[in-house]
Amino acid sequence: MKLITAVVKPHRLDEIKEALQAFGVHGLTVTEASGYGRQRGHTEVYRGAEYTVDLVPKIRIEVLVEDDDAEQLIDVVVKAARTGKIGDGKVWSIPVETAVRVRTGERGPDAL
Amino acid sequence: MASAITLAADAPTLSAANTGFMLICSALVMLMTPGLAFFYGGMVRVKSTLNMLMMSFISLGIVTILWVLYGFSLAFGTDSGGIIGWSSDYVGLSGIGLTQLWDGYTIPIYVFAVFQLMFAIITPALISGALADRVKFTAWALFVALWATVVYFPVAHWVWGAGGWAFELGVIDFAGGTAVHINAGAAALGVILVIGKRVGFKKDPMRPHSLPLVMLGAGLLWFGWFGFNAGSWLGNDDGVGALMFVNTQVATAAAMLAWLIYEKIRHGAFTTLGAASGAVAGLVAITPSGGSCSPLGAIAIGAIAGLLCAMAVGLKYKFGYDDSLDVVGVHLVGGVVGSILIGFFATGGGQSDVAGLFYGGGLAQLWKQLAGVGVVLAYSLIASAILAFLIDKTIGMRVSEDEEVAGIDQVEHAETAYDFSGAGGGAASRTVAPAPAQGVAESKKVDA
Repeated sequence: MKLITAVVKPHRLDEIKEALQAFGVHGLTVTEASGYGRQRGHTEVYRGAEYTVDLVPKIRIEVLVEDDDAEQLIDVVVKAARTGKIGDGKVWSIPVETAVRVRTGERGPDAL
Repeated sequence: MASAITLAADAPTLSAANTGFMLICSALVMLMTPGLAFFYGGMVRVKSTLNMLMMSFISLGIVTILWVLYGFSLAFGTDSGGIIGWSSDYVGLSGIGLTQLWDGYTIPIYVFAVFQLMFAIITPALISGALADRVKFTAWALFVALWATVVYFPVAHWVWGAGGWAFELGVIDFAGGTAVHINAGAAALGVILVIGKRVGFKKDPMRPHSLPLVMLGAGLLWFGWFGFNAGSWLGNDDGVGALMFVNTQVATAAAMLAWLIYEKIRHGAFTTLGAASGAVAGLVAITPSGGSCSPLGAIAIGAIAGLLCAMAVGLKYKFGYDDSLDVVGVHLVGGVVGSILIGFFATGGGQSDVAGLFYGGGLAQLWKQLAGVGVVLAYSLIASAILAFLIDKTIGMRVSEDEEVAGIDQVEHAETAYDFSGAGGGAASRTVAPAPAQGVAESKKVDA
C-alpha cells in the first residue's frame, strides 16, 4: 500500500474530491494546513503597518491506496489540483506497512 | 404678582419629549462601551481578546457605582474655584426630587445624571486600547477607579460644570472632544510611557484577529454616537441637537473616505480596518465641533481628521511607544483636531454666536480652544502617568513576561475566547463519566 499526501490550494478541494470519487477512492482525510513553498507568503497592511505573512493556508489531503493504483491516483490528484499558477502545492507518496479497519479488524488492502 | 407669573412662565418646565429623547440617548451612549469593546477586541490577537473586552466592560461596573456615590457630585455639584464641584444632595443621588429639573433645562436631574454617567464610563474604557495584552486586571480596575476620581470627574467639571474654568472661559466642547477624547488619549500616552511596550513590539506580527468584530464595534460606536452627540444639547427646542446629529453623520462619512483614500494611495489597498478607524476618527473630531459648524464645515473637519489620524497612527513606530490600538493616534489627535478647528469653522449660527476665523470671527475663539486643549492634555497626561507609576510600584501594572506571551486571557480570566477543539467534546465527557454497562450493550446493538 501507499499513502498519497497532497498539500494544495484550499479552493481545489472540491475538484480533487470529485476526481478521487470518480477514480473509485472510498475514503480520504483532509486537514487544514499552512505553509509555504517557492511562492513564499504575502504582505498585509494594518493601519499602515506591513506584515509579511509567511505561512499561507493550504489543505492537506491523505489517501491510502493499493500499490498498483498509486501512480495513476497521483496523476488524478495533480490534474485536479492544478491551476498553473505559483503556489499550487505538492503531491507525494510513501510506502505503508499496514492498515487496519478499526470496526472490523480487517487488515491490509481489505481495510481500504 | 404680575412679575411672579412672568417668572414662572419663563422658568423651564419638565418636557416629556426631551426627557424621553434623553433617556434613549443615554441608552445609545451606554451601547458605545460594548461597541468599543468589540472595536478593540477584534484588533488584538486571539490570546487577549477577552481581556480587551473586559477592560471596557468593567468600566460599566466600577464607574457607575462611583458616579452614584460621589462622581456626579464632583463633576456637576456646586463649583469651588472653577476646579471641582460638590453638592451633598448629589451624594448617592439621594437628595434629588423626581421632577427636580437640571438647572436651566427641561429634563429631570436624574436624566442628566444618567446621561453624563455613560460618558464617564466610556472615557476610561477608551484608554484600555493602548494597554492591550499586558496589564493586570486588578491593576486596571484600580486605575479606572482612581482615574475617574482624579482625572475624569474634575475635567468634566472644568469643561461642562457651571463655574468650571474652561466652561466660564468659553471653551467650546459640545459633547466631549476635550473632556472625553483628548482626556483619554493623553491618559493613554501617560500610562504607556510608564508601563512600556508589549513583548515583541515592532518584531512580532500583531495582526488584528477579527476584523469583522472591529467593523461590528465601529458600527455600534457610530450608532451610539448619535446619542452621545445629539443628546449633549439636552433637548430639541432650538434645532441645535438636530444640527449636531446631521454633522455627526457627515463628518464621519468624510473621515472614513479620507482615511481610505490616504491608505489606498500610500499602502495600495482599501482596508476594513482603515474604514472603521476613519469613521471613529471622524466621530471623535465632530464631537466637540458639530454644534458650531455647518454641514460643509463638518465635511472639512471630518476629512482633515481622517487624513491626520491616518498619518498619526504610524508615529508610534517612529518614536517607539506602544500605543497598541492607536488611542493616541485616533482619540488624542482626532480630539485635538476637532477642538482646534472650531476656531476656524464655527459659523456663529449654531450652539453659540461665536464665529471662527473662516467666518470673520478672528482668532479669539482659537486661543480659547488651544487653552482648553493644552491644559486638559497636560493635566491628564501627567496625572495618569503618576497614577500608573503609583500602581506599578505597589501592586504592579503588568503581568509577567511569560504570562503575557502565553496569553493574558488564560492568566487573568481563566477563559479563552474561542473553542478551536471541535472534535474534543464527546470524548472528554466520556472520560469524566465512565460509560455504564447499558451504554456498551447499546453500542453493540448498533454494531450488529
